[in-house]
Amino acid sequence: MTTKPKASKAQLAEQFRSFIDPEYVITDDETLKPYECDGLAMYREMPMLVVLPETVEHVQRVMRICHENDVPVVARGAGTGLCAGAMPHKEGVVLSLAKFNRILNIDPLGRTARLQPGVRNLAISEEAAQFGLYYGPDPSSQIACTIGGNVAENSGGVHCLKYGLTVHNILSVEMVTAEGELITVGSDGLDSCGMDLLALVTGSEGLLGVVTEVKVKLLPKPEVAQVIMAGFDSVEKGGDAVGGIISHGIIPGGLEMMDGHAIVAADDFAQAGYPREAKALLLCEVDGTEEEVHEHIAEAEELFRKLGATSIRTSQSEEERALLWKGRKSAFPAVGRISPDYYCMDGTIPRRHLARVLLEMEKMSEEYGLRVANVFHAGDGNLHPLILFDANVPGEFETTEAFGSRILELCVEVGGCITGEHGVGVEKIRQMAVQFNDEELQQFHDVKAAFDPTGILNPGKGVPTLKFCQEYRSIEHKQHKHEQTDAAHG
Amino acid sequence: MADMTQQLQEQVLQARSNGQKLNIVGGGSKAFMGRAADSDAETLSLADHTGIVEYHPVELVLTVRAGTPIKDIEAALAEEGQCLHFEPPRFGSASTIGGTLACNLSGPARPWSGSVRDQVLGVRLLNGKGEHLRFGGQVMKNVAGYDVSRLQAGAMGTLGVITEVSLKVMPKPAATMTLVEDMAMHEVVDYMNRRAGESKPITGACWVDGKVYLRLSGARSAVEATADKWSGEVMENGDDFWQQVRDLQHDFFAGNDVPLWRFSVDSTAATPNMEGNWFIDWAGSQRWYRGEATLSDLEPLAKAAGGQVSLFRGGDRSGEVMHSQPEALKAIQRRVKNSFDPDGIFNPGRLYSWL
Repeated sequence: MTTKPKASKAQLAEQFRSFIDPEYVITDDETLKPYECDGLAMYREMPMLVVLPETVEHVQRVMRICHENDVPVVARGAGTGLCAGAMPHKEGVVLSLAKFNRILNIDPLGRTARLQPGVRNLAISEEAAQFGLYYGPDPSSQIACTIGGNVAENSGGVHCLKYGLTVHNILSVEMVTAEGELITVGSDGLDSCGMDLLALVTGSEGLLGVVTEVKVKLLPKPEVAQVIMAGFDSVEKGGDAVGGIISHGIIPGGLEMMDGHAIVAADDFAQAGYPREAKALLLCEVDGTEEEVHEHIAEAEELFRKLGATSIRTSQSEEERALLWKGRKSAFPAVGRISPDYYCMDGTIPRRHLARVLLEMEKMSEEYGLRVANVFHAGDGNLHPLILFDANVPGEFETTEAFGSRILELCVEVGGCITGEHGVGVEKIRQMAVQFNDEELQQFHDVKAAFDPTGILNPGKGVPTLKFCQEYRSIEHKQHKHEQTDAAHG
Repeated sequence: MADMTQQLQEQVLQARSNGQKLNIVGGGSKAFMGRAADSDAETLSLADHTGIVEYHPVELVLTVRAGTPIKDIEAALAEEGQCLHFEPPRFGSASTIGGTLACNLSGPARPWSGSVRDQVLGVRLLNGKGEHLRFGGQVMKNVAGYDVSRLQAGAMGTLGVITEVSLKVMPKPAATMTLVEDMAMHEVVDYMNRRAGESKPITGACWVDGKVYLRLSGARSAVEATADKWSGEVMENGDDFWQQVRDLQHDFFAGNDVPLWRFSVDSTAATPNMEGNWFIDWAGSQRWYRGEATLSDLEPLAKAAGGQVSLFRGGDRSGEVMHSQPEALKAIQRRVKNSFDPDGIFNPGRLYSWL
C-alpha cells in the first residue's frame, strides 16, 4: 500500500455519518485513544478514525468507501490480541465489530452455533451449556476475546491437542472482501468443493477480509474431567513424562507444564498447593466418560510415578480441579506481581527439544540480565516464555525485545515456529524473515493480492516486505558475525 | 524410497518454458475423480518420490514424501501403535498421501477425528514458477503466515506439486466395537445426531440398506459400558465392515454403470426423496447417492440441505463435476490459482473448467 489516501479525515467521517449513527463514527482524540493498541500495549498508533457499524451492509459500505479512497482498514474485535495485529494505521480506519455481539442461533441436534463476530468466546459455551454442549477452543483471554478475533488469529487454548484450534472447529464464515463484496466461505457440511479458502482465511489476521458471521461446531460436554498434578525435580523429567503419556496412547484434554519460576509465582498468587520445590510441574487433564477417565487416570498416575514424579495429586472434586488449574490460568498475572512488566513470547517447538531450548533460554537470561519464567502448552509444544522487565528502566524493553527475538529464532532453529497461537501482527514481522525465505514470503504477498489487490486490509502486518527482510537478515548476520568474533577474541 | 525433488523441479521448469501443461499423478488410483484430465497434458509422476522423511512417535508427527503409499505409512505407524485417525480411503494399494490431501479424502471417523486437511501440519510444494516452498511445519500450533498447507486440501493439484506432507498422527484406539440395528432412512438422521451429541466414544455412524451402524472406539471400559447402554446388536467383524465403508468397497459402491454422487451437507438435513439408493455416513454430514441425474438437478437439493454436491465417480466428466461457485468465489479462486501457477500449467480444468 503506497498510495496516499484520496479522502481527508473530515470527508470520510462525513460519508460514514451518512449511514452510520454519528455517535459511532469517532474522530476526536480522546475517544480514539482506547483504540491505539490491542493487548500488546507496547505497540501503539492513533487511528485516523474509528467506525462501529451496526449491520453487514454498513460494513460493506465502509469497505467500498475505503477501497475507493485507498484508505487502510484495520478490523478489530475485543482488542485482546497479543501481536499488535489490531494496532491502528495512522492514516486508516479502525473498523470495530463490537456491535455484532449476538448469538444468532444454536442448533442443539446438529451441534452448531451461528454467531456474529463480536460474540465473546466464553459466551458461546455459556449459552450452549443448557444443551450439554460447549465450544472447544478456549484461549486464556476467552472471557473477553471474540470469535471474529479467534478466526483472525486461529486461536487455540489449553485443549488444542485433543480438540484442535479454531480452524478445526468452524464450518463457515461470512465475510466482506476488500472491495465490499459479501462472500460465504465454507458451508454447513464438513467440507466444500474447491480450494479450502476457509483454512486460508482462518488465521489470516484481518489481511484477507472482514468476518461478519461465523458458524462453529459445538462438542458434547465430557461426562467427567480430572486433573493430575505431578511435580518433577528437573525439566528433562517433566518433558519425558509428557512424551511418556502420549506414547502410552493417552491424549489428555489438557497437558500443561510450568518451570520453577512460574510454579512459585503462580502458587504465591493462587495458593493452589503446588510443590514449590519442583523444577517442573505438569497438569494433565483427562476427560471423557467416567469409565475412560477412571482407566486413564490410573494409568497416568502410575506412569508419572515410574518416570520419577516427586509429587502426584489428582483432583477428587470439581473444586479441587478448579483450584489446580487456577494457578496455571493465573500464571500471567502472577508473574505480573513479581515484576513491573512482563513480555509473553509464543514459539512452538518439537517437544523433544524442550530441555535444550529451556537450557539455552537460561543462558540467554544471564546474558541479557533478565529473568524468564516458562509456561508451556506441553501437549502441543507451544512455549510461552515470560520475560520479566521494567519498562521504566531506559532501554530495558529494547533488551527484552532482543532477548525475545533470540528465543523465537531458537524455536525455528530446532524445527519449530515463531508463533503458535498469538499471531505475527506487527510484533513478529521481523522474525518472519527467519522462518520463511523470500520466495515463500512473495507467495504470501501474492495470495494476499488475490483477495485484496490494493492492499487496504491491515497493511504492514503479518507478512514483511522483502526489502525489509533483506535488511533485517543482513543486520542479524552482521550481529552474529560480531558475536562470533567477540567469542573468538574472548 | 527416493527424493526426486530435483527431477520434479526440472520438469516443472521445463514445462513452464515450453508452455506445456502437466497432469500431476501419484499412484494413479484417483484418476476417476474430478473432471477428465487434459489430454494434451504431460504426466508429472510422483510415484517414485516416496519415503518417510521424519517420524517421531512421541511428537505424534510424521513427515513423508508425497508419493508415499498410504499402506506404507500405515505399516510404519502400526509398528508404534499409531495410525492416521482420518482413515484415508485406499483405492487399491497405490493410493498416496499427496493425492489424499489434494482430493481431501477422509474416512468414516472424519466427524470425530477430523479430516486429512485437519491433520496436515505442513507441506512442501513446487509452485508454477518451479520454486520449492515450505509452508506450515512439523509442530501442531503454527500461525505464522497464511495456511497454505490446508489450502491444498481439495484443490486437486491446481496450485502446485505437493512434494512433502507433515501430519499429526494419533494412537490407535485400545478397543473398538460396532453396534447395528434396523432403522428406516427417515429416522436415522435424527438418531445419529442424537448419539453424536452424547459424550461417548463414538467414531463412526452410518446407514445403509435399512440398518444403522455405530462404531465405538477408545478405552476398553468406556467402549464396553457404552455398548451396554446403547441399543443395537454387537456386530461380528465390525472392523471389516468399516474397512469396506472407508475404502468404498461396500456393495453399495460396486459397479461403474450408475454414477456415484457425494453430498456434503448439514448433518441434520432431511435426505432428498428421489429415485435411487442412499448411503448416509459421517452421522449425516456425508451422503452418497447412486442414480442418473445431472449436477444442475442435484445442486438445489444440496443447497437446501446446507451444503454441496459433486459427481464422485462415473457419469459425464467432460462437464463440471463439482458444485458450482458464486462469481465472487470464482474470481478469488482464479486469482489464488494465478498467484501459485501464473502460467496455468498444473492440472488445468481438473477441478473446474474455469480453473
